[in-house]
Amino acid sequence: MSTEPKTQVTPEPEQEQPAPTGKAQPARRPMAAADWLPTVKTTLAAIVLALLIGAVLIALSSRDVIESLPYFFSYPWDFFSRAGDAIGTSYWALITGSVGSAHAVGTTLVRSAPLICAGLGVTLAFRAGLFNIGAQGQLVLGALAAGYVGFTWDLPPGLHLLVALVAGILGGALWGGIAGVLKARTGAHEVITTIMLNYLAAAVLIYALGKNAFQRPGSDNTQSPPVFDSATFPTIGNLHLGVVVAFLAAGLVWWILNRSTLGFELRAVGANPDASRTAGMNVPAVYTTAMVVAGGLAGLAATMGILGHHDSLSPTMAGSIGFDAITVALLGRATPLGTVLAGLLFGALSVGGVAMQASAASTPKELTEVLQALIVLFVAAPALIQGMLRMKSTDENKTVMAKGWGG
Amino acid sequence: MKLEIRGLTKRFGSFTANDQIDLTIEPGEIHCLLGENGAGKSTLMNMLYGLLEPTEGELLIDGEPVTFESPGDAIAAGIGMVHQHFMLIPVFTVAENVMLGREQTRGLGFLNRAAAAKLVRELSTTYRLAVDPNALVEEIPVGVQQRVEIIKALANHAKVLILDEPTAVLTPQEIDELMGIMRELKKQGTSIIFITHKLREVKAIGDRISVIRRGKVVGTADPSASEAELAEMMVGRSVKLTVDKQAPTVGAPVLEVKNVTVVDPRGVQVVKDVSFEARAGEVLGIAGVQGNGQTELIKSLLGLVKPDAGEITIEGKDIRKHGPRESLAEGIGYIPEDRSHDGYVGAFSVRENLVLDLYRNEEFSRGLALRLDALEQNAAQRIEEFDIRTESMESAVSALSGGNQQKVVVAREFSRQLKVLIASQPTRGVDVGSIEFIHKRIIAERDKGTAVVIVSTELDEIFALSDRIAVMYDGRIVGTVTPDIAREDIGLMMAGAHGPAEAAEATA
Repeated sequence: MSTEPKTQVTPEPEQEQPAPTGKAQPARRPMAAADWLPTVKTTLAAIVLALLIGAVLIALSSRDVIESLPYFFSYPWDFFSRAGDAIGTSYWALITGSVGSAHAVGTTLVRSAPLICAGLGVTLAFRAGLFNIGAQGQLVLGALAAGYVGFTWDLPPGLHLLVALVAGILGGALWGGIAGVLKARTGAHEVITTIMLNYLAAAVLIYALGKNAFQRPGSDNTQSPPVFDSATFPTIGNLHLGVVVAFLAAGLVWWILNRSTLGFELRAVGANPDASRTAGMNVPAVYTTAMVVAGGLAGLAATMGILGHHDSLSPTMAGSIGFDAITVALLGRATPLGTVLAGLLFGALSVGGVAMQASAASTPKELTEVLQALIVLFVAAPALIQGMLRMKSTDENKTVMAKGWGG
Repeated sequence: MKLEIRGLTKRFGSFTANDQIDLTIEPGEIHCLLGENGAGKSTLMNMLYGLLEPTEGELLIDGEPVTFESPGDAIAAGIGMVHQHFMLIPVFTVAENVMLGREQTRGLGFLNRAAAAKLVRELSTTYRLAVDPNALVEEIPVGVQQRVEIIKALANHAKVLILDEPTAVLTPQEIDELMGIMRELKKQGTSIIFITHKLREVKAIGDRISVIRRGKVVGTADPSASEAELAEMMVGRSVKLTVDKQAPTVGAPVLEVKNVTVVDPRGVQVVKDVSFEARAGEVLGIAGVQGNGQTELIKSLLGLVKPDAGEITIEGKDIRKHGPRESLAEGIGYIPEDRSHDGYVGAFSVRENLVLDLYRNEEFSRGLALRLDALEQNAAQRIEEFDIRTESMESAVSALSGGNQQKVVVAREFSRQLKVLIASQPTRGVDVGSIEFIHKRIIAERDKGTAVVIVSTELDEIFALSDRIAVMYDGRIVGTVTPDIAREDIGLMMAGAHGPAEAAEATA
């Protein structure tokens, strides 16, 4: 809300010449504080609310607390002190386990890196009006490509890493590009094609793992050998260079979206494809490009595990990173910075969850998944949060979200 | 029923949308509410209809104070509203739409469609609103859909009917029919609040005219007041309703269209064998009732749809196979018919929209990188030059008033060197002050030697701007005439009464 009354209805031209020096002052900031502050507030409120509900769950999953329930009315103090204990211990473990030491921070960063990369892919597609459900499939293809180059080719260190990295990105880009071309050429809805491509990717992975080229020698399991050392990210402590690459990728996506002609086209097409077409933009080409870049980012996410973590290719290697990426992008409101922060949060939660289970309260680590789900649920329903916390309705929904089936 | 509004005020934060409004609507009166876009007409009506809660002031019906918490209360009190954008369900029949919300049933939840149809038939005979109750809403013309909205309100026993910009979507004929309906309603004792910014209509139908400017009632006028007086009250300064222009210095043909035919996706020929030429330094007006092929014709000129036959050339160069990007590069300036759909990206800032088709130029980008300083400089310059009223260049275009949105589109198209300017409905939904400005700029562009093609359904606009007028009917150009032709004659040509032969006589 502006502090001065709107001037657009005032007709007197003498006094109402919009002085370009005063009102139309160049504003280089991508968004004014008034724009992002409510979003940040709602997101923080969502996290706090999720932690509150999580606290109840922690209390109820603690054996001590349950034991105090039968005599709650005769001696309620036991219940409250034990519940407080359990909640305190768990959350303290969650915090120290994820950011309490240099080692913990390192683990969190390593865990966050693939989430950030794949999340960026979803974010970028979102901004072009595409709902990319296919990060998982793109990630699998990226892993196959990076892994194959990593454990078959014999190249000098450095170069080998670079080639494997590029192969991973290209693998993901190819898989994303298929959905992009289908959308551009035939209008096939990207939600459907990317979901189907996820299944296909899983099948391709199983098929490849059954071939000798991908089989780890001397192993009965369907898994590949790890990549050669020459193709791994250099490490410092428990950190690897891939983490830096992930953050650079976030910077690059920010630059593309906000400072490049490509991003201008992406955002224009995402917000109004008809006006973009009328303004001479090639809408199908933009859809294809968006999906290629999005797929490339998911492929980059795959290299974090394969080249950073010495992971071998196996049917379960991708976990649910590709799907968590969608949540990360949603939580990050489809902005690069938001995606990085959301990726870090989710990484911290998953690392901290292990510490929580190991703590005295031995809270199941699945609780962190519940926390993640609750946070996203609250973020997705801002009206709910605003109602619960009596926050002023901001009535803003500026993030461009993918269109529904009609579009 | 007598409706009084006393000291009604609505504030949004520090912004006062309505300031101490006093109005009285007498029974059986057509009360016109005249004001520019953004003057606060809609806010006032939304308070009357229970959609917004007034900050101060009161409403009285027959001397009794009332408050409306929701539209339901307003409807119960006898207030009906026909919104600018219809609230109808396209796949339902007229009768089903009318009974929506208070469905009558024959027990067990079966809808009593017959009763609804009977009600519609009764209302349509009483008020002479010809509608078929069993027609599907999506299959009837816009003018008839509007009648359905009116019947919906009457079925709720509305005593005061609010019509929000009802003529914006109608053809000239349909406007005449609507005026007939309004007179009929008035005769039966219904009061009408008629919201518009079109002076001609106000004078034709109004009993009393209240003018709203900047959220205040600045005066009440009689329909006998001149258009110039009304416009001055509305805008707050004197406005010229005619466009000052010299005789054109007509040059060589620039855009030549020969035997162009366009078939739409349903396989219907919508443009049939159209030929014309637009000459340098001249405005060619294409008149016609909405939906007679103008939309598809100009889309084919830009390359948004491919013509199925015919030739389109600019300075002798064939552009038939061009897409929009090549056509724009060829020197076509294009102001689309529906600006929010095709003209701008609502979520984008004014700064970004001002370069929506220019960002690729060397001036605004180097390789992949946008030159932000150039974008800002351009925005500051255009905002000043075109008097775009916006809080800042970073405001989203969707937050501007219609007139300023259109100025953004116009400013962008005029910031290139043009050979041909194609403008469709350049001032639709634009306030009087901005119309004057946009018309002046179009004539200035003509005087620079650009060939200008104006497509408009508003005859006033066609007459004000054109040096030659081509009339389209049923996908064809039925004749090309000069602007000294009588209004009635051109109206008949638009209605298809004149064949091309007769039209040729008119030119001679």
